[in-house]
Amino acid sequence: MNLSISPEAVPLIREGIFVGLIIVTVFGALLATLAKRMTRAVLGLVVCFLGIAGIYYFLNSPFVALMQLLIYVGAVAVTICFAIMLAEPDERKLAAKTPGMAGPLAVLLGATVTWVLAGTAIKAEWMAPAVKINEGSVKDVGVSLLTTYSMVFELVSIVLLIAILGSLVIARSGRDKAEC
Amino acid sequence: MDLGINVIEMLLYLVAIIGFAAINAAYLVWVERKGAGHIQRRTGPKEVGPYGLLQPLADGAKLMSKQLIIPAGVDKPLFMVAPLLAMVPAVMIFVTIPFSENLVARDINIGLLVIFAFASVNVLSLLMGGWASRNKYAVISAARAVSQNVAYEIPLLVMTITIVLVSGSLNLREIVFSQAGAFWHWNWLPTNGNFLGPITFIMFFICYLAETNRAPFDLGEAESELIAGFHTEYGSMGFGLFFMGEYANIVIGSALIVILFLGGWYSPFPEVVPFLGSAGVWWFLLKMYLLIWLVVLIRWTFPRVTLWSLLNLSWKILIPFSLFNLLASAGLVKFLG
Repeated sequence: MNLSISPEAVPLIREGIFVGLIIVTVFGALLATLAKRMTRAVLGLVVCFLGIAGIYYFLNSPFVALMQLLIYVGAVAVTICFAIMLAEPDERKLAAKTPGMAGPLAVLLGATVTWVLAGTAIKAEWMAPAVKINEGSVKDVGVSLLTTYSMVFELVSIVLLIAILGSLVIARSGRDKAEC
Repeated sequence: MDLGINVIEMLLYLVAIIGFAAINAAYLVWVERKGAGHIQRRTGPKEVGPYGLLQPLADGAKLMSKQLIIPAGVDKPLFMVAPLLAMVPAVMIFVTIPFSENLVARDINIGLLVIFAFASVNVLSLLMGGWASRNKYAVISAARAVSQNVAYEIPLLVMTITIVLVSGSLNLREIVFSQAGAFWHWNWLPTNGNFLGPITFIMFFICYLAETNRAPFDLGEAESELIAGFHTEYGSMGFGLFFMGEYANIVIGSALIVILFLGGWYSPFPEVVPFLGSAGVWWFLLKMYLLIWLVVLIRWTFPRVTLWSLLNLSWKILIPFSLFNLLASAGLVKFLG
């Protein structure tokens, strides 16, 4: 029994999957911003990341999708959670109302960012998808990271190194000599 | 359009994978209890069925028939989601594991990445479960589990990259193909051409013990200090799912070590025992269960380490050594390979 679909239904299904993934992403984002408890907000962020990973997979780059899962869900979300747990935020305070101007300003700022990003995305001349990158595209990503984009790659590495050193400095100063 | 997916085949795979994960989890509990019993000069379970072999079924029936109690004051949605998060990624991972040359549900070209991507979600379930329980013990346990997982994921991934460098592929089947032959062709021995194989193997094994929260690194559920750790507040099948998730992860970790270091489905002595064939799923399962037995032995014979020494082992020893190992292996591949 082979699952065969009539040719007319294909674009419909394709769009259905795409819209579904977008709904998951937006739902996660809303959960992240509207939740009153910080841990729930992080869970919303995870749902949002999963939606984005799904979109990457849908757009034929399983490698990027898996990296999204590995780095954002497995590392970033877990680290945020960890930070929240260590800080133990007072949830009654979080639930208190924010000052009056914050809402409209946030909407304005969000709209501006969306407008600029969407404008750039529509106007930019995108490269044609070279080959079907279903092979995972690991090699291509590696080659372009070390040739065309090596400058960016090195700069990001330096930023991360500085972040690590900075956190070490902060952690060191709060510690007794005798302890370590 | 023909999607090229045979519906019946897909359903069979799904049922088989879930069944494999569940039966393994149930019977590994029996193995663990029996092993622990004999190591401590007891008999372990023996009442239900011969040698207590029906004990897992009885346990399962008991857990499933219990009421699902949600304690007052917990964060209800997170509390309900956490056990599911423990089990679902484990089932997803089984999809990509090749048990023999042809016995794999989905042969994905970046299968190794799939495993690590889904395995990294597992920490989230401990975190969510511990936090949502609103219990001091559970929160402490979750914090410990996360600091441990974050620390050990780095050397684990670095070691995996080393093996990827040596075998030149992210495809699990191709990694096994590159070790075809008797046991001296496998990645764990220097005779394979990679002199650092044994070091990588031992460090990978230590990291994998720590990643699955197994003794001597099971600080997340140190019973003497934290009751039961992050699943203190869970009863019935919520607890059951956490338990099954843990054992499924042990199976996955052992299968991964067999694939990366122990030659997958190839026979260690193809000429000596010819009637078993030079390759086959039975060799894979045999190696996997021997590794699992080793893990059980380690749990019941080694004392638990302290959190301090656990984190020191990772940050001060394993991470520098694994990075050095990666560089040296890359050099070997470049100049000798």
